[in-house]
Amino acid sequence: MSASAIELRNISCEFGSQKVLWDLNLKISVGETVAIVGESGCGKSVTMKVMMQLLKPNSGQLKWFGQDVRTLTVQEQRDQRLRLGYLFQGAALFDSLTIYENVAFGLRQVGRYSEQQIQQIVVSRLEEVGLDIEIIRKRPSEISGGMQKRVGLARALALSPEVMFYDEPTTGLDPVNSRRIDDLIHSVKQAHGVTGIIVTHDLRTVQRVADRIVMLYPRRKLADDDSQVIFDGTLAELASSTDARVKEYVGDELNATPQKTSPSHKVTEAA
Amino acid sequence: MTTSAIQNPINTLGRATQAFCGGFGSLIVFALRMLASVKRGLPRRHVVVPILYEVGVRSVPVVLITGTFIGMVLAVQTYQQFKMMHMESRLGAIITMTLVSELGPVLAATMLAGRVGSAMAAELGTMRVTEQVHAISALGADPINYLVVPRVLACVALIPLLTAIADSVGILAGWLFSWQVLGINSHQYWMYAVQFVTGWDVAAGLIKSVFFGCAIAIIACQQGFHCGAGAEGVGRAATQSFVLSFIAILGLDFLLTVVLNNTYYLIWPEAVSLATSFSGFALPGAW
Repeated sequence: MSASAIELRNISCEFGSQKVLWDLNLKISVGETVAIVGESGCGKSVTMKVMMQLLKPNSGQLKWFGQDVRTLTVQEQRDQRLRLGYLFQGAALFDSLTIYENVAFGLRQVGRYSEQQIQQIVVSRLEEVGLDIEIIRKRPSEISGGMQKRVGLARALALSPEVMFYDEPTTGLDPVNSRRIDDLIHSVKQAHGVTGIIVTHDLRTVQRVADRIVMLYPRRKLADDDSQVIFDGTLAELASSTDARVKEYVGDELNATPQKTSPSHKVTEAA
Repeated sequence: MTTSAIQNPINTLGRATQAFCGGFGSLIVFALRMLASVKRGLPRRHVVVPILYEVGVRSVPVVLITGTFIGMVLAVQTYQQFKMMHMESRLGAIITMTLVSELGPVLAATMLAGRVGSAMAAELGTMRVTEQVHAISALGADPINYLVVPRVLACVALIPLLTAIADSVGILAGWLFSWQVLGINSHQYWMYAVQFVTGWDVAAGLIKSVFFGCAIAIIACQQGFHCGAGAEGVGRAATQSFVLSFIAILGLDFLLTVVLNNTYYLIWPEAVSLATSFSGFALPGAW
């Protein structure tokens, strides 16, 4: 059995009187790419933010690489968090900084790299996500949404994380840019062996990049003792699931034969 | 009158009290988190300098305009009253005293709560709504240390300086208006200004402005950090920041005036007897 990268045990998360997550259990193993899917309001993004500890759950246990996060000191938490990268839904680039400064942000915070090393890493990461180096002096508002997503990915990858979180990576992008991002997610896994956790509505992305699919269901529609995870399996199992809720969500979108992104596909070509 | 009709205002009052206590408590917790963050280390220079520029340099025009008009308005308003008592030559004393101890610090802080505080609340609110605050955490940095501490430091350091500029410009504008328009003797204006206004009065005004600066920054950052979703949430945070800062400025002004006056009379007890013999009555305690 492979080691766990991220583990949630009996996690509950409420906002006011609204229960978003209730007694959720989920384990992500090292090296796998897991897609978390489900209808709007089922708690996908909240689950991911809890995993990253950007939101604190009301109860339950979060483990990073087998260690209970609550037992870590503030400094240890910060060090452990550097092993995790996060691509935000809207990229969340800092408006007041240039593209270069955005990608260099995490490296500067760590404080163990010289400015020359930072420059090398920034350039290599931007090239890796297929962006022209000429954009480094621009502000986020001066580049397109697809480019912002790729800069966000370069920023997240700058610290060479072992686990990458992708929050709705293709939402709001045209099909060409969506494919580019899917290719990047795949190439990041191939090149760096990064564990991936993707929250998405886009079943094409799921088809292309996921090893395992977890489907959540809104807590308000479930009985108290029902699990919020209504599906946990491979793409083939998802396509053949007999659960009415799963079938309703998937519809006819999944093809009989999954179309995984070719590992040999070059990101720069797509760009 | 039915019971529910009586209960409603009581409920409303109860809810308002609860909201006030909750809000105040949240502000205190936020300030303590900020202090804890400072303990772990100060933000880097390249983070602080642009904020110093934004808070300090870009506020100078507003402060100059505010100070100029306060000085001239004070001259116009007090001239008539003092002329009736044939004391118009002492206009310099009242303008300088009012500016350095009360109006300068309070009005400069109010202007800065509008210009700097609301902008901070809106900026941090937008960063929160667009997940930039979460992104800072995700990249291993402390958002309080990166975003709040430099802003508080900038306000604490620069609002007293801006207040000093407002005071100086106000005094100069008051002098120029009194001398050129109202025909007050220039020498007498400065003589009485120096005679009546002590170093303590100037220091008291600047001490107040340090507290005002701290309050403006903490309130603005707290409102930005806890703003609601969307453009409406950001707008509300900016408005709330100004309203709460203004209330805090007035409340702090009262408290600090009492504390500083008591401190003054504690250090120089002879000033109490002088004030009593001059005015003919004694204030309760050292007020």
